[in-house]
Amino acid sequence: MKFLSRCVLLLSVAVAPVLATSVDQLRAGAPAPQFQLNSNSGKPLSLADLKGRIVLVNFWASWCGPCRKEMPLLEQLNRQYHSKGVTLVGVNVEPDSAAASDWLKATPVSFPILFDVDSKVSKLYQVEGMPNTVILDRKGNVRYIHRGYSPGAENEYLDQIRALIRE
Amino acid sequence: MHRRRNYSRLVALAGLLLGCAHAGVLPDDRVDYLYHHYTGDGMDIQGPSILVRKKIGDHVSLSGSYFVDNITGHVDTISGASVDAVSGASTYHEERKQESIGVDILQGKTTYSAGYIASNEPDYRARTAFASVSEDMFGDLTTISFGFTRGWDKVGERGTTRNDPLDRRNWQLGLSQVLTRNMLLGLNFETSESEGFLSNPYRLVRYLDCSSPNSRGYCTQAEQYPHTRTGNAGSGQLKYYLSWHAALDGNYRYYSDTWGIVGHTFELGYTQPVFRSWTLDTHARFYRQNHANFYADLFPYQDAQNFLARDRELATFKSLTLGLGASWEFHPTRLSWLQKGTVNFHWDRMRIKYDDYREDWLDGFTPGTEPLYTLNANILQFFISGWF
Amino acid sequence: MNHRPVKIAAAVLLAAAGVMALPACSPIQPWVKPYEREHLADPIMSFSRDPVSTSYIDHVYESREGSRGATGTVGGGCGCN
Repeated sequence: MKFLSRCVLLLSVAVAPVLATSVDQLRAGAPAPQFQLNSNSGKPLSLADLKGRIVLVNFWASWCGPCRKEMPLLEQLNRQYHSKGVTLVGVNVEPDSAAASDWLKATPVSFPILFDVDSKVSKLYQVEGMPNTVILDRKGNVRYIHRGYSPGAENEYLDQIRALIRE
Repeated sequence: MHRRRNYSRLVALAGLLLGCAHAGVLPDDRVDYLYHHYTGDGMDIQGPSILVRKKIGDHVSLSGSYFVDNITGHVDTISGASVDAVSGASTYHEERKQESIGVDILQGKTTYSAGYIASNEPDYRARTAFASVSEDMFGDLTTISFGFTRGWDKVGERGTTRNDPLDRRNWQLGLSQVLTRNMLLGLNFETSESEGFLSNPYRLVRYLDCSSPNSRGYCTQAEQYPHTRTGNAGSGQLKYYLSWHAALDGNYRYYSDTWGIVGHTFELGYTQPVFRSWTLDTHARFYRQNHANFYADLFPYQDAQNFLARDRELATFKSLTLGLGASWEFHPTRLSWLQKGTVNFHWDRMRIKYDDYREDWLDGFTPGTEPLYTLNANILQFFISGWF
Repeated sequence: MNHRPVKIAAAVLLAAAGVMALPACSPIQPWVKPYEREHLADPIMSFSRDPVSTSYIDHVYESREGSRGATGTVGGGCGCN
């Protein structure tokens, strides 16, 4: 019992309430952090270029199963809503873009893919799950954040985009 | 006749169906066909093993398996020991069939799993039910799982009406933790309890100082085992990603039980993808244990103890297994329903050196002076897997 | 022969994990971000890449040795009889 109580004591000390270092939370209503990255078209693309449009930023990687599953659904969404003022942007988070480029050759998409090779934008957007989708309104404010992908999430995206269109 | 009664296959199989489930993501849809072949210590055991796994909708994954052991063994007629084919040994054939089903249900970060396994041989019937819960937490860096397994066995004996029960209860606790971008830690704890007829009705122990010894100078009697056994095991595994795209694997397990056995397992493995579609594996496994309290190679007289055993599995020994594996991956363009496939081959060579088990089937030795036994076995696996 | 160390280690582990799981109590943030998990997602980093094979070889060992359990596979069985 002595051993166990010592362990418990050590544990409590180790996880004693300590104020977590504060981080600017990515909040709904706050302006979306600005960024500029190279895209698959060869030209750099910045978030500022898309002001006035509803933007859906999707963080993905070729090694992530749910990400690959979500892509065709995002492609469908893009085809339907691009003409209605919605821009889809895919941000690939891999330091080495080779695998992502190979995958895109096999499964091409019609929306721009940006390459966040040094994870700057991933950190900026506090990507906490893969994939991660952030929806911004026409004013450039963050409105909805989706962490991970579960089947049926694309319907939520549609509802939220329609709501933003109506604004 | 001595036979290896093993439903450890059930264990591994339960894990196979259950352990695959990773909280947060259901396992891939997959079909595996394995042909396995073991040769060693007088036995030739081979057969197919088929595993199928398929998602139903987005939250449920079903799995099923079918496994056969075709056993051909050679047994020394005097001592009953399982031996390599020598003159005077008799041959036997036996078949064991096993079927199982399992289900995994994913709800958010939690996976619930359950399954059932049935194993049948002419003189052994095993039924196992298992259930577990697994959860991803802490930014998906940690996965915790709890499991419980319940088994009901019936031990028979050829030529008699024996139908003795054996009950099993196991509790498992697992933790998988991401340590760094390149390193994973896995910890497992398991308590296993068995109760009932735990010995083998055909296996014998030998003793001296008897009225009518056999041609080699000893007598035999049936083994006597306790009616319960509780064991605890704890293991730690580390996987490390090497920058040139390879993986290193290290594993240690400690086991101890109420029969006095303490076992240590050490394993090292290395995986190296080569060219575009090949993956090579190599591993070394070292195991050592001390004998059970009631084990002896040769007892001084009849009924020398309350409990008597001469099962090699309970002896003192050191074991070394070296293995090589090669896997080729292909992506068929013609078949749209097949995403990818692999063709695999594994060869393991296992050597067990016993410190207190002697070759009692040899003539011309004073009992107790026969050479200590060394087992050499070859284990071959050939399997094809398909992802769809 | 002492089982307690194994049971105690399991209990401590459980407690630690339980504490880490509660966001409010945890002062430490996940130190590997989801977008940094490329290597960990590689099949060669899986604890069991081919379950049909792992399950078979575990069975071969268990039916010839006195130890059983904690192999990362869930299930029960003796293999000793």
